[in-house]
Amino acid sequence: MIKKAWFELILSFLGILLLFFIAAPVAKLIFGVEPQVLIDTVKEEEVYSSILLTFSASLVATLISILLGVPLAYLLARKDFFGKSFVESLIDIPVIIPHTAAGIALLMVFGRNFFLGRFFSIFGIEFVGEFAGIVVAMMFVSMPFLVNEVKEGFKSIDVKLEKVARSLGSSPARTFFKVSLPLNFNHLISGSLMMWARGLSEFGAVVILAYHPMTASVLIYERFTSFGLKYSSPVAAIMVITSLIVFIFLTLINRKNSVEGRERENELD
Amino acid sequence: MIKIANISKRFKKFSLEDISLNIEDNEYFVILGPTGVGKTVILEIIAGLIKPDFGDVFIGEKRITNLPPEERNIGMVYQDYMLFPHLNVEENIVFGLKSRRVKKDEIRYLLNNIVELFRIEHLLTRKTKNLSGGEKQRVALARALITSPQILLLDEPLSALDPQTKEKFIEDLKNLHKQLKTTTIHVTHDFNEAFSLADKIAIMKDGKIVQDGDSKDVFNKPNSDFVARFTGVRNIFRGQIVNDDSDTYVSVNGLKIRVATEKKGSVNISIRPEDILLSIKPLDSSARNVFPGVIKRICEQLSIVHVTVDIGIPLVVYITRQSLKELNLVENKKVFVTFKASAVHVY
Repeated sequence: MIKKAWFELILSFLGILLLFFIAAPVAKLIFGVEPQVLIDTVKEEEVYSSILLTFSASLVATLISILLGVPLAYLLARKDFFGKSFVESLIDIPVIIPHTAAGIALLMVFGRNFFLGRFFSIFGIEFVGEFAGIVVAMMFVSMPFLVNEVKEGFKSIDVKLEKVARSLGSSPARTFFKVSLPLNFNHLISGSLMMWARGLSEFGAVVILAYHPMTASVLIYERFTSFGLKYSSPVAAIMVITSLIVFIFLTLINRKNSVEGRERENELD
Repeated sequence: MIKIANISKRFKKFSLEDISLNIEDNEYFVILGPTGVGKTVILEIIAGLIKPDFGDVFIGEKRITNLPPEERNIGMVYQDYMLFPHLNVEENIVFGLKSRRVKKDEIRYLLNNIVELFRIEHLLTRKTKNLSGGEKQRVALARALITSPQILLLDEPLSALDPQTKEKFIEDLKNLHKQLKTTTIHVTHDFNEAFSLADKIAIMKDGKIVQDGDSKDVFNKPNSDFVARFTGVRNIFRGQIVNDDSDTYVSVNGLKIRVATEKKGSVNISIRPEDILLSIKPLDSSARNVFPGVIKRICEQLSIVHVTVDIGIPLVVYITRQSLKELNLVENKKVFVTFKASAVHVY
């Protein structure tokens, strides 16, 4: 009994150490800045427009990734094909390469003198130093979170449910939209939230492709290098507080769906 | 008629080999076999959910091998119900009708009919997670049958039910089949279930059909030890045919058992335990085989008692609990076993 208590105590202590490691800098950042300074900083147009830009760019990146990533996730979960492992590894590449390298790679494809850059310029879409560039950078580095989560969600759905739907006269498309996708809704939402949150914090790839207009992380970096800690920390604190508020709000909305989703998954088990 | 012609399908660790079956209209056909022999794969090939490597599936004269599942008009019920958990009972049942773009009025009419048939009016607004096993099963059947499928495929539909519900459900399935006359293919590993429901039966082993035909014939005349054991025969012996002046015997370990056969030489015999009578004194009857023996083992099951009697060979006999009590049977007691020559199947 005593041995067990000691063991649990050690586990708890190690866990608390890690939690402290995460919470201490965040708390220091938020509470280390005087409230009045925070309010004044928020009122600066450069600050609030960069925060809005960051949120909207990450949202657009997430929506585009849903459109392109969900079908890919479904194929990876349901089909066996030659080169599947390669495709799965390819999806994970953005997670493992340095994000500045990712930015350079993106620049070499979406830059004005490169093929995708030239192609999109036909439609008046530019990437370097543009909103679209921020979206592309966020999408590149955060999309694996969405695709992998949604893929695991599809895998967790019993394929016999789709088979029953087909036998009941449902076409493959109707089966996907009426059975597979609704059953994977909670994974889709949590994957999207993870991707969106990851997109918000992206710096390395964004700074290479689109230094301007400045996202929050670029603005923080710029103020830190130009004016020092005193001027960059209020912007950082505002970004962290805003992200936390939105993230907690969306997580609470998603919780209801997740509970229902888990119940459904348990039922299928 | 459904015709499955020379179907083969190879998987990584398993293959179906040269499966051919003919299933008549309105027939209740059971595919019986142990777990993992490919019974469900056959159903999924018929439903169009798996494409065979070789062979064809026909409904009537029409070859449907390459027809997608949604165009086959086949209803399927899986072992674990597979009700859509994000839909309520009503939405589950009408799913097939909506897929076929049936008009709202007709959906309402068909829904009313089917819920009446299955007595599930009170379940319509419920979520599927709140249903009992039997209720789920009824909803799954209602969902499969509301579209009036030409063929109903049942994949181990009773295996998740408790024994009492199962017994009741077998009766329900019989009545349903009598009423709707939908051609039904039912796969199971339970020979009692198969025997209760089947008009015809096919027995599978290792991806092949080892015997098929009229259900009574398959049960009473197994063509191999595997079929005999799988269909519940406990007494299987190997012996030699011996022809006497007027009788034919099979000699098993020196014990001469009268049989009715034209076969010669070395044979297998099987005797169903329920065809053997157990008595304290020799019975005066037309049965040709009467042997004295000693009870070696009494094993009480739920409703019946398995008694092993040593008559020179160990013979398992099924009796009721009441008989056990009335005959006051105990181990090492001397008894007599009696069975007809026609009860001995020679193969």
